[in-house]
Amino acid sequence: MQATLRRLKGAVAAAFVAASLTAAAPAAAQEVDFSGQTVEWWIPFSEGGGSDVWARFFAPYLSRHLPGNPNVIIRNVPGGGSITGTNEFAARARPNGLQLLGTSGSTQFPFLLGDSRVRYDYADFQPVLVSPTGGVVYIPASAGVADASELGELGETELVYASQGATSLDLVPMLAFEVLGLNVRHVFGMTGRGDGRLAFERGEATIDYQTSSAYLTNVVPLVEAGTAVPLFSYGVLDAEGNLQRDPSFPEIPHFIEAYEMMHGEKPSGVAFEAYMSFFGSGFAAQKPAMLPKDTPENIVQAYRDAFAAAAKDPELIASAGEVLGDYEQAVGDGVVPLYKVATTIDPDAREWVRTYLNENHSVMLD
Amino acid sequence: MVTEAILSALSNVLTFQHIQYLMIGVVTGLIVGVLPGLGGIVGMSLLLPFVYGMEPTLALAMLIGILPVLSTSDTFASILMGIPGSSASQATILDGFPLAKKGQAARALSAAFSASFIGGLFGAVVLTVCVLVARPLILSFGAAELFMLTMFGLSMVGTLAGNSLSKGIAACAAGLALGAVGAAPATGEYRMEFGTLYLMNGLPLVIVGLALFAIPEIGDLLRRNSAIAQEGSPIGAGWKQGLKDTWVYRWLTLRLAALGAVLGMIPGLGGSVVDWIAYGHVVQTSRDKSQFGKGDIRGVIAVESTTASKDGGGLVPTLLFGIPGSGSMAIFLAGMVLIGLQPGPSMVSTNLDVTYTIVWSLALANVLGTALCILLAPAIAKITIVRYPLVAPFMILVITFAAFQPNRSLYDLVALVVLGIVGILLRRFGWPRPAFLIGFVLATQSERYLYQALQFSGWNSFQRPIVLIIAAIIILSIGFSMYSQRKSGTKIEVEGKSAATATTAMWPQVAFTLAIMGLFVFTFVETINLSQLGRIFPVSIALVGMVAAALVLWPQIRGNRASGAVFDAESKEPAESEGPMTPLKYIGWLVGFVASIAVVGYFLAVIGFFVAFLRIIAKAGWLQTLLLTLLGAIILMILTSALNLILPEGLLQQYFYDRLPWPLVS
Repeated sequence: MQATLRRLKGAVAAAFVAASLTAAAPAAAQEVDFSGQTVEWWIPFSEGGGSDVWARFFAPYLSRHLPGNPNVIIRNVPGGGSITGTNEFAARARPNGLQLLGTSGSTQFPFLLGDSRVRYDYADFQPVLVSPTGGVVYIPASAGVADASELGELGETELVYASQGATSLDLVPMLAFEVLGLNVRHVFGMTGRGDGRLAFERGEATIDYQTSSAYLTNVVPLVEAGTAVPLFSYGVLDAEGNLQRDPSFPEIPHFIEAYEMMHGEKPSGVAFEAYMSFFGSGFAAQKPAMLPKDTPENIVQAYRDAFAAAAKDPELIASAGEVLGDYEQAVGDGVVPLYKVATTIDPDAREWVRTYLNENHSVMLD
Repeated sequence: MVTEAILSALSNVLTFQHIQYLMIGVVTGLIVGVLPGLGGIVGMSLLLPFVYGMEPTLALAMLIGILPVLSTSDTFASILMGIPGSSASQATILDGFPLAKKGQAARALSAAFSASFIGGLFGAVVLTVCVLVARPLILSFGAAELFMLTMFGLSMVGTLAGNSLSKGIAACAAGLALGAVGAAPATGEYRMEFGTLYLMNGLPLVIVGLALFAIPEIGDLLRRNSAIAQEGSPIGAGWKQGLKDTWVYRWLTLRLAALGAVLGMIPGLGGSVVDWIAYGHVVQTSRDKSQFGKGDIRGVIAVESTTASKDGGGLVPTLLFGIPGSGSMAIFLAGMVLIGLQPGPSMVSTNLDVTYTIVWSLALANVLGTALCILLAPAIAKITIVRYPLVAPFMILVITFAAFQPNRSLYDLVALVVLGIVGILLRRFGWPRPAFLIGFVLATQSERYLYQALQFSGWNSFQRPIVLIIAAIIILSIGFSMYSQRKSGTKIEVEGKSAATATTAMWPQVAFTLAIMGLFVFTFVETINLSQLGRIFPVSIALVGMVAAALVLWPQIRGNRASGAVFDAESKEPAESEGPMTPLKYIGWLVGFVASIAVVGYFLAVIGFFVAFLRIIAKAGWLQTLLLTLLGAIILMILTSALNLILPEGLLQQYFYDRLPWPLVS
């Protein structure tokens, strides 16, 4: 009842806004003013996680560049592997520009996989920022592989990967190894990528990846000491949706290059499509910030402008290092294509992943 | 280079500005530590919003300032009220609270503070040295070694089981079964979560700890209807005695500080079991065990020294590898990233001065924190001379507030009350709650590490030297404990003494044992159909639990009243001072409170609960009732706005979400 009412109200508001836009489009965009108000940025994870840090980093700049300089606060709504908080946001956030949602790959994955506990639809949200991230896959020097072109020499040798779980972000490396044709055993139950790195350093795991900043601080010393060898980076997507080398690691080949080095041809097929979808959602467009359904266009535009200005803020650029890396933030109208990459999947590819997870790791997603 | 870094860091720390920010952390830690159930996670979350944009070393000082004072100030709640001050200080209750009841709270507090002080400084020293050399040590602890450490923790159950070993094992198995709720570490299959999102990550430790120790204790104190301190003076004399105690047991203090530092340094074990290992260890290695659980000062000293030193140890892997050892360390790491520091090997090369700034801040905060605790002790202790029914609503406010921190959900409170009832019954029927809690804490880790060890390198990994050394330590400590127990003929009593049971009916305890048995049967039936890797752990626990519960049940059914398995605290002579609050009524109040939250939301329910409780149970006048309710509401509003929380909501919020003002809706 309440929901219908709100939907109705939303529809009326949207119609009104649409009408006023046609009448005086430039004036409407200037009417947005958040002076003296507080914007709540919902993060469906607890304090201290990657998404929390990301939002806390952006918050002061968002405040600075939104019209009226509202107070921007982070509201953590943890639980249920980020499904709970996102469900709640989808059910009740008001389309007045005072509530904003930031999610991560681990919120997108259950949605893409068709998890029955998901009650949010990314198509409803209005994206205003998309932050990419990256990572590098590496193996021990003792494996005797100098770069990706020699991966074929491993043959049936079993590699061990310390994973956080089959449906976590570690689904991306799992699919990458599958596409490459590597024989990898996944040991689950790690509580973070740091655990995986420790297992690698102990020699328990024999293939691993780290996100960019952790790779730079913790793995590069191993590479310099000659105990680890980088294989490939996941890469980044350009405006046309093509895979490019990661700007943090211009000397390391990206995934498709690594595939070509190993197999001598470009990858194709449904498994590769599935990989690209989850790579997009987990890395190339990992963290979207969104406004709720039915948010009036002028508010959405104000947010897109604010993030575009924030991304150019010299102060932000100067201090982005550890949090955002060298990645170009998708802002303004550039958010739409990247957001689509993060939140959509071909039905065949989805079905393939579901079957793959079910058959190999007995994951049931009803 | 190292000495240079140490000295330049010291001159950094000893500036007015640095100390000022350190004090912000210390005071935050003190407040959070004094409030029962709230720990480092809440403290760090409170300060995290201010970190961004701060001068890096000042931000670090502020965050680090929280740590040492927490493990000192959480002692207040444990000793004075028998309520765990934080998840890390649960074992302090066992001897600290009985001492307070005997009128020796001052002695217990001063012994605790001094032991904690020494432990904290020891931890800082360990951090100074080990951050340079501990890398190989940490890397030598793989999954198999970590699994053996969880076994070491579980072996403490034998010591803490009290009068009946089978009861201890059954209680521990029940804890393990409860800990198995949620996603299986090996396969991600969901077990016993009834299809709910709430249970998919398992039950939060803070809820289980508060339910087992705080809820029963508040009920018991209400029943007695008097102030906590029975003698005239609030905490008694004995400040000097406590210092003397720590001096007498100085080697014990140092030994356990070392234990705490080492356990803290190994990532993956988690801080919340360290206190129990320390307690089990001191009981095992003491010749005269007769006073443990009744107020042995060694129990307090051992636990406090260990928990204080584990912070310093815990910073080693955090800084060296960027791996958080606990929830509060995870937020500390986030703070470091926000100020532009990525922990890793550079912390001992280019950023060595930052590392030593942290060390000095830790040491200095320890000194400041201890001083503050000593200064505030007389004032805080006054709470024990207030008539308890006036205190109880505040306690219930704070522990329910603490309980919904992990998920910010109404279900957190439902879980608290349901498990609280279990805690009341465990206490009544003499099932050792420490054993239950140890089982719960170690359930996930023991399963995860066993599975990972086998997956990484098969059974071979159990032939590695450190695994064998830990195995030998386990066997030695159990053997030593059994030997000295037989020699002295005493057993520790963690659940008090049961008086003559000849007159009470046996059926309540039989019924409870059957219920525990039912839990194991349920676990078995629920998990037997999962995949091999997902079921092996819960099914084994269920089987062990069933055998142990059967061994408890047998003497109860036969009516063998001399057996250690027979125990009913209700058979004590009914106390003449008994107040208006029977256990059943108490449970009724708790259920009513949570039910009213489900209707009107947390804030209004708290107001209603305060007014009703103070009028009906505490029989307070209207003025007093209103003032105390106002105070409760103010505390709640401050905490809510500082943490920027959504309070658990009810039907009112569901229907009138758009029309309610803060704090009714947030």
